[in-house]
Amino acid sequence: MTQYIARRLASLVFVLLGMSVLTFTLSHVIPADPAAAAAGFNATAEQIAQYRLEMGLDHPLHVQYLRYVTGLVLRGDLGRSMLNQRAVTEDIRTFLPASVELAVVSFILCVPLGIGLGTYTAVRAGRLSDAATRGFAILGVSMPIFIVALLLQLVFYKELRWFPSGGRLGSEFAPPEAITGLFLVDALLRGNWPVFISALHHIVLPAATLAVANLAVITRMTRSSLLEVLSADYVRTARAKGLSEIRVLRHALKNSLIPVVTVIGLQFASMIAYVFLIEHIFSWPGIGSYAVRAILGLDFQPIMAITLLFSAIYVAVNFVVDLSYLALDPRIRY
Amino acid sequence: MPTRTASPTRAFLHRMRRNRGALLGMTLLAALAAVALTSWIATPVDPYAIDVERRFQTPAPRYPFGTDDLGRDVLSRVMAGSRISFGVASFVLVIASGLGIPLGVVSGYRGGWLDEMIMRVSDVFLAFPSFLLAMAIVAALGSTLVNAILALGIAWWPRYARLVRGQVLSVKQSLYVDAARAIGAREGRLLARHILPNCVAPLLVQLATDAGNAILITASLSFVGLGAKPPSPEWGFMVAQGRQFLLTAWWVPIFPGLAIATTVAAFLFVGDGLRDVLDPRLRSTAI
Repeated sequence: MTQYIARRLASLVFVLLGMSVLTFTLSHVIPADPAAAAAGFNATAEQIAQYRLEMGLDHPLHVQYLRYVTGLVLRGDLGRSMLNQRAVTEDIRTFLPASVELAVVSFILCVPLGIGLGTYTAVRAGRLSDAATRGFAILGVSMPIFIVALLLQLVFYKELRWFPSGGRLGSEFAPPEAITGLFLVDALLRGNWPVFISALHHIVLPAATLAVANLAVITRMTRSSLLEVLSADYVRTARAKGLSEIRVLRHALKNSLIPVVTVIGLQFASMIAYVFLIEHIFSWPGIGSYAVRAILGLDFQPIMAITLLFSAIYVAVNFVVDLSYLALDPRIRY
Repeated sequence: MPTRTASPTRAFLHRMRRNRGALLGMTLLAALAAVALTSWIATPVDPYAIDVERRFQTPAPRYPFGTDDLGRDVLSRVMAGSRISFGVASFVLVIASGLGIPLGVVSGYRGGWLDEMIMRVSDVFLAFPSFLLAMAIVAALGSTLVNAILALGIAWWPRYARLVRGQVLSVKQSLYVDAARAIGAREGRLLARHILPNCVAPLLVQLATDAGNAILITASLSFVGLGAKPPSPEWGFMVAQGRQFLLTAWWVPIFPGLAIATTVAAFLFVGDGLRDVLDPRLRSTAI
């Protein structure tokens, strides 16, 4: 197993290097004038010249690449935003907690619900439930997330007036003093109930939108995987020796979770895209909104930095998913 | 006993027709394709015609999908947009499979260092979530719809390379390939007549699923401003433009959004059906 992990880590390093080559190519080689691209749309000739020096564009390509990678690895240098003139790493530190909070709350909503719904439909597998889950899954996958968001806003904000249409906190509140950066957690830790309730009120719609998309996939996966396990011999044996249906399910569910865990891990990739769109729609001040602002403002460095950072996280998540198989299925030995 | 033997194509079509999901998907796609073709010839109103006199008309028989802030007919624009969406899907798939299939064939058939190299490069591409990679590529190339298509094609080639490589690897060991080689078939013939036809089934499933995803991701790119530009009736862009009127004129963003959902769902149904019909073993992994 140690050997397996070592091998995976080695290929991970290769992939990360490859990713850095790709983002380097996109930021330093492809644009006709990378300095102009990095300096932005309205940059003056002097600003462009300054960027050219800063980015070391007067050096040969391999030297530029080496500087890019050493900056990345040794100093965590992801470049500077030309919109607010701050280091991108600093911006990420500011905006990331809001996105993490959104993702965590939506996972808390959709993972148990998805596994629960999947189990329910698997146990009651029949034509109707099959058609219904399949229809729901296809709908959940094919409906653009921004339309789900707009429909939820239309119903729960415009018609019912249950939830606000955007933002992270009511305008009458100041954000809780930061401990984790997650408003819900910080407000709880500080015992600030009004802020906690306002933050909860604001997170419902964006988190629900994010959950809808993942729910469909998790439900469908749990269902099909559980159905397969339920037809296995050992389940028949368990039933034959008189175990209650609940205990049989407990056996079966654990074994059917491997593909579900894979899917949850893989969902991380689509989650990133979803987070971009959802934050943009709900004016959620997270990393997605920041990225969209960068895109609209042609702010080049943050776009490349976020691409690299999130892809690296994605690779790491996949790695962890692979390792989690070991915990879920003792038969798997790498 | 059947009186005559069905040809594989006939048997395939028969099974597709009996698969309810596939039938639904194919019917929807046929209808959407008919709309797209019709819109070449005529739409109820000129999709680009601005008329402030008739702005924000609610959906009614005269304007079934209403009109937008510039008085343009939303139905006509959604119809014209279907052309763009089908075009987007076709071009993305042509680029992705056009790059991926030859590389996959070379990789699987030749093996060795070339295979190793192509696969390691594809690892790197696959490591990026495709929305992010497409976003970065469009940002570098400049944000236009053509670049969005190009970006997605570039981001997706490894899927095809992997798929075809795997098929080629397993098929090239088959007895019938050995037999064909033994009777003196040349490499080109081996590939064209014996190896590639066996890659068609999984490729079709992948293409059908990706067609929907291509429409969805390009619409998402356009939605955040990395794609279509005014006055394009690209669906994602129409939603983005109409979003500000959600509370007063919901039909402006919602109808193009539903058009995206319908088209993507149609492709997914067909992809799911193809998977069921062509490879029953994969049925349990259908999402």
